[in-house]
Amino acid sequence: MKMNGARILLECLKLEGVDTVFGYPGGTVINLYDELFSFKEIRHILPRHEQAGVHAADGFARATGKVGVAIATSGPGATNTITGIATAYMDSIPMVIITGQVPTGLIGNDAFQEADIIGITRPCTKHNFLVKDVKDLALIVKKAFYIARTGRPGPVLIDLPKDVQMAQAEFHYPETVEIRGYKPTVEGHPKQVEKAIAMITHAKKPVIYVGGGVILGNAAPELTALAKRLGIPVTTTLMGLGSFPEDDSLSLGLLGMHGTYYANMAVSHCDVLIAVAARFDDRVTGKIASFAPHAKIVHIDVDPTSIKKNVRVDLPIVGDVREVLLQMLKVIEERKVESGDSQLAPWLEEIADWKTKQPMTYQQSKTIIKPQYVIQRLRALSEPDAIVATDVGQHQMWTAQFFGFTKPRTLLTSGGLGTMGFGLPAAMGAQAALPDRQVIVVCGDGGFQMNLQELATIVQNRLNVKIVILNNNFLGMVRQWQELFFDKRYSSTCMELPIDFVKLAEAFGATGLQATKTAEVDEVIKKGFATPGPVLMEFKIAREEKVFPMVPAGASLTEMVLAS
Amino acid sequence: MRHTIAVLVENEFGVLSRVVGLFSGRGFNIDSLTVAPTNDESLSRITVVTRGDEQIIEQITKQLNKLIDVIKVIDFEAESAIEREMVLVKVSAEESSRAEVLRIADIFRAKVIDVTPKSYTLEATGSPAKVSAMVELLRPLGLKELVSTGPVVIGRGAKGWRG
Repeated sequence: MKMNGARILLECLKLEGVDTVFGYPGGTVINLYDELFSFKEIRHILPRHEQAGVHAADGFARATGKVGVAIATSGPGATNTITGIATAYMDSIPMVIITGQVPTGLIGNDAFQEADIIGITRPCTKHNFLVKDVKDLALIVKKAFYIARTGRPGPVLIDLPKDVQMAQAEFHYPETVEIRGYKPTVEGHPKQVEKAIAMITHAKKPVIYVGGGVILGNAAPELTALAKRLGIPVTTTLMGLGSFPEDDSLSLGLLGMHGTYYANMAVSHCDVLIAVAARFDDRVTGKIASFAPHAKIVHIDVDPTSIKKNVRVDLPIVGDVREVLLQMLKVIEERKVESGDSQLAPWLEEIADWKTKQPMTYQQSKTIIKPQYVIQRLRALSEPDAIVATDVGQHQMWTAQFFGFTKPRTLLTSGGLGTMGFGLPAAMGAQAALPDRQVIVVCGDGGFQMNLQELATIVQNRLNVKIVILNNNFLGMVRQWQELFFDKRYSSTCMELPIDFVKLAEAFGATGLQATKTAEVDEVIKKGFATPGPVLMEFKIAREEKVFPMVPAGASLTEMVLAS
Repeated sequence: MRHTIAVLVENEFGVLSRVVGLFSGRGFNIDSLTVAPTNDESLSRITVVTRGDEQIIEQITKQLNKLIDVIKVIDFEAESAIEREMVLVKVSAEESSRAEVLRIADIFRAKVIDVTPKSYTLEATGSPAKVSAMVELLRPLGLKELVSTGPVVIGRGAKGWRG
């Protein structure tokens, strides 16, 4: 059947199982929007800024594991998506972004609202496509989704000129796709897997270090099974939180710059480090030369470039993380490997001592609200499978440290790029995907203001997002660095204008609540959760509270500054 | 360490830009770069000369392989490959040095492709070492212009590399 390019695109999206897109109309996507107008199988959500639209598609993808889809017009619409795309790229989030483009005949002419978005997004997409002929469109969409979701996932951009949207072609959606330059490894090399098991079972002080890939690869159950079967303690990166239940006795929580004392000590003293779909980010390793100095390193990752990029690796296994973990579990069963309980007892005792000596803690106050307390109360009062999005900064670290994540895909946070303004639209995307789940976003007052226009989208679409603002009237993380390393010279980190966030919420038609004292915290959270519809809860927190432990940039993991 | 890496890529617009962008974005060196279609028209072959320690070269080849449009990457070992480049050199040739320029050209089996009362333009092909030896001998005579293709590389032996 012949149809125009715009319709072909929508038919392709439908066949890919896309039911929701986040997009913003404009001149070069007007034909697409005209088709969308009568295309009832796809729900379109209009954000108030293209960046937020991409973050929403990202939050949608993180919460569900499906490919998120965002649409923007050419030129400024397309350039507004960059931060969103780069955020998704750094965290390997499967997404397809569709941008309008000026008609093919005008490309390169500095036409109105023209931007070379293919050139601009080349370094921040997994791949991108300019569609020059409507006949290629269906295959390109098929390839885009395939590339986005397989291997190490990532955002793929399709640039779709206006004339291609209007041109007619026969619609045929290929069932399979073959790309000769793209063949991700799925199965781990069996010999490497065997060697890994031998190395791990001979270890006296093993630690499993889990990255976001375990969540992206839907491998949390397998990871948990492996750790418990062998009795090996588990630490996770920010992106890995939720892949292993933090209430398990083997959990060491977060490692790295703001990791727990015991996680950092365990990594620094282990003899075998099993890195599972993690990429040894500098926020995790601290000073590379003294990272896991006594350990042989096993590294499982689907992306060969992650291996030996930052640290030496003794035993690499390239493959899909879930597949490799299943292979490992199989070898363990075949070999009747014993649980490490007795062999690892002294090691677990050593770790237990570290836990007793320096637990995750903070100085509670009876009057001034401590941000860590708010996070703990959010955990206590929220639903067990609540999804928590965060922005970037101190509140993000407090959430990572004190919420206690137990399930995958319950923390949505910008780890790699560290994008302020991510939280609110990401929560919006997650809530759009999963209307029955409780979705909370924890923000600072700074990051919230970077995309607060999305309150409109949230209210308009009756998304039930519960917004928590930890307000210290500071850009808190930078202020913390200025306090610790720049002699308290608070250069441009004080948000001097006090904003009435309650009134702001009300202006958008949401409910606004505020707590200024410790005693009010529970009351506000309970009321916020009980109130239907979007609610903004502002907590006036201790202004100069810091995130501890902290490994100063460039220092070793053992050189933590502790809360004292 | 100097490495000559051959990259087989889709012969499509923008692919070269992805490869070059990868090098600049990750701070890898490009000493020289050549690109042209192969006997299979759907493929282009890029030859890039780069430098780095073992870990950097490993990253370069892995990162190149990660690009969707890259089909194959070979980091050629010097002994198992033949490298050739071509230079065109314009060298001044006044009374006193005209004969010397021709002698050097002869030694290196270079061809004279243009001549004026004041200059010779030579074409020379060979391994990068040979070509650079010739250039260094010509330099004191007055090198006016030098243009080089940069090396291309092919493996020794009967086995061909498709494309």
